Amino acid sequence: MAFYRSHVLVCVDPECLAKGAHEIVDALQDEFVAQGLINEIQVLETSRIGGCSGGPEMMVYPEGIHYHGMTADDIPFLVEEHFLKGRIVERFREVVKPVVDEELGPLRPKEVRIVLRNCGQIDPNNIEDYLAIDGYQALGKALFEMTPETVIDEVINSGLRGRGGAGFPAGKKWSITRQVADSPKYMVCNADEGDPGAFMNRRVLEGDPHSVIEGMIIGAYAIGASYGYIYCRAEYPVAVETLNIAIEQAREFGFLGNNIFGTDFKFDLEVRVGAGAFVCGEETALMASIMGKRGEPTPRPPFPSVKGVWGKPSNNNNVETYSNIPQILTKGAAWYSSMGTERSKGTKTFAVGGNVVKPGLIEVPMGITLREIIFEVAGGIKDGKKFKAVQTGGPMGGCLTEEHLDLPLDYEALSQAGSMMGSGGLVVMDESSCMVDIARFFMDFTQAESCGKCTPCRVGTRRLLELLQKICDGLGEEGDIEKLEHLCHEVSRNSLCGLGQGAPNPVLSTLKHFRHEYEAHIYEKRCPAKVCRPLIRFEIQAPACTGCTVCARNCPVEAISGERRQAHYIDPETCIHCGICMQVCNFNAIAVES
Amino acid sequence: MIALVVESEVTAIVQDAIDKHGKKRDALIPILSEVNSKLGYIPAEAFHEIRRQMHDPSEQVYVAESQLYALASFYDMLSTKPRGEHVIKFCENAPCHVVGGKAVWDALKEKLELNNGETTPDSKWTLVTISCLGLCSVGPVLLIDDDMYGNVTVEQIPDILGRYE
Repeated sequence: MAFYRSHVLVCVDPECLAKGAHEIVDALQDEFVAQGLINEIQVLETSRIGGCSGGPEMMVYPEGIHYHGMTADDIPFLVEEHFLKGRIVERFREVVKPVVDEELGPLRPKEVRIVLRNCGQIDPNNIEDYLAIDGYQALGKALFEMTPETVIDEVINSGLRGRGGAGFPAGKKWSITRQVADSPKYMVCNADEGDPGAFMNRRVLEGDPHSVIEGMIIGAYAIGASYGYIYCRAEYPVAVETLNIAIEQAREFGFLGNNIFGTDFKFDLEVRVGAGAFVCGEETALMASIMGKRGEPTPRPPFPSVKGVWGKPSNNNNVETYSNIPQILTKGAAWYSSMGTERSKGTKTFAVGGNVVKPGLIEVPMGITLREIIFEVAGGIKDGKKFKAVQTGGPMGGCLTEEHLDLPLDYEALSQAGSMMGSGGLVVMDESSCMVDIARFFMDFTQAESCGKCTPCRVGTRRLLELLQKICDGLGEEGDIEKLEHLCHEVSRNSLCGLGQGAPNPVLSTLKHFRHEYEAHIYEKRCPAKVCRPLIRFEIQAPACTGCTVCARNCPVEAISGERRQAHYIDPETCIHCGICMQVCNFNAIAVES
Repeated sequence: MIALVVESEVTAIVQDAIDKHGKKRDALIPILSEVNSKLGYIPAEAFHEIRRQMHDPSEQVYVAESQLYALASFYDMLSTKPRGEHVIKFCENAPCHVVGGKAVWDALKEKLELNNGETTPDSKWTLVTISCLGLCSVGPVLLIDDDMYGNVTVEQIPDILGRYE
């Protein structure tokens, strides 16, 4: 490895790229060449140094100086000052220290990072960075010290379960695929992370791609596969590029290809890019898409472990599952299984969103309670409001309430409570969220993403959405709740794949825990959270109104009347509930009533 | 990008895409994606041309135009209708929605006088929604062609669009 006196890390995340990060890199290279420093200083591209809002961002090590907001034209000056004269350029120095990485900040209380351990710490585009922190040692250990069977035993003993959400034991799946007497066998990595708001896998792919690749190679050795596919969604262009660079470097270093580590074992890998279809996250649909077909699911059995890509045994795990593997082999099953509950071991990454103080990416040990996640790791509810519900498992998951806050993070415990572990979306809602509206929102998503192959999902989700829309519009009638429940059970029981089977979950869980809100919408024509527009009234509170007329002038339907300097009045018949008056009022004089 | 596509150009683009991704059934999605990104959409001539160049029973490669239509209509990122010179893809998902996405979306629609999926009469802009880009911590997020914009506010829209004038 070459030795450099200084390293300059330039952030090439999408936001920084948009602000000219590539031009900065080019300008730095040019200037270092011009000044004869190119053999002393290395320029690295990395993902996310700071908030990126002041981008482009760069870090200079070993000093640890963070610069931001410069343009390519500033680089000659900056190089001269900092690298030749040794003076820090205060003008570009990031003064707010330490810079908060909105996605992945410093380790939070109760966090344990295994999957995210390298993200932001190494250059994802340089395999040597990964090697320097013992990368590919686990693969070496597997090839020289272990048989495929002992690798599988180690993974089984670690207790690692599928992190895509369903939680099937990873080692057991490997063992099944290994035992099928057919060849060739394929390794598949599901990198089609599509749940809105869930971006854990993107961060791993962009920040530590080799951990996923190493996990797949180890898996290939264990099950006897010779080829693999990483199916990555097209919405993640940076992840696709990072993966392709990583695969190319792994080939150069002999970790992919024939005679890996000089043994007879051969394995190679390619990235397949989706073209925008949420359902492709379902494993049979994903494999159809790899084969160049419409991403429509097929009934299971046969499971992919028996008949997958090209009708051959295919082992499918997701990004997070694979990236755990090298650590499990290096540190041992006992270490991994020391974390968690009886049946759920290790850690889980989450993208925490919604009304919390500190949203972002977290990795917590299994067994931690939802209360600890929300109130300690994520800093509690924003603006001093009250916790209302937490949605886990994305659009196919469910809403849990106050009474579930002390549940441990555990696959079975979450399913029993009516939700699921899911791939890692976690949306926290405060008292200002209407649960009927939330159910409608998720149904709107699944309805649009239903692939249309099977009738229960195609028609059922549409009918469910219509019913929910009707209730939100204040047109709900007696019997609608029962209709919803009945339809939910039918859709869930008869749909072909996980999308349809899970689609009713947000409705069922909100019906179970927040039935009174549905009843208020239907029988009292009232939205308790004051969200559903047709069910709310805007009223001007006379004492606070100064009669400035700004609301009346902005009302699109002229529903507001009143003399200047006198309290105004909104005509409820004409009002279309658009809320513009409330936004423009400078005196907080407009209240929402339900 | 171009409303009327010259036939010889389609032939060349299809040829390039096939050379790059291979004459195999499983290369169809990459080939269609490539044609889509080069032309902005996939014209009927391209389906015809892909079939003509790929269908080869002697090599057991079977490609029908209906299959190609089936693929293009299934995947959101493939379009069979001409698109504007620049395509604005707006993330409409919950995390962006709750941090002001709706206001940005409404402002875009108003400014361009477009609804979701429409193209301006001068073929300059197409406005569509896109599924979650995973950039939730910098929402609202939009993509113009391949350029990403995060933390977008209503006030920034004229400036952002102005970059493409």
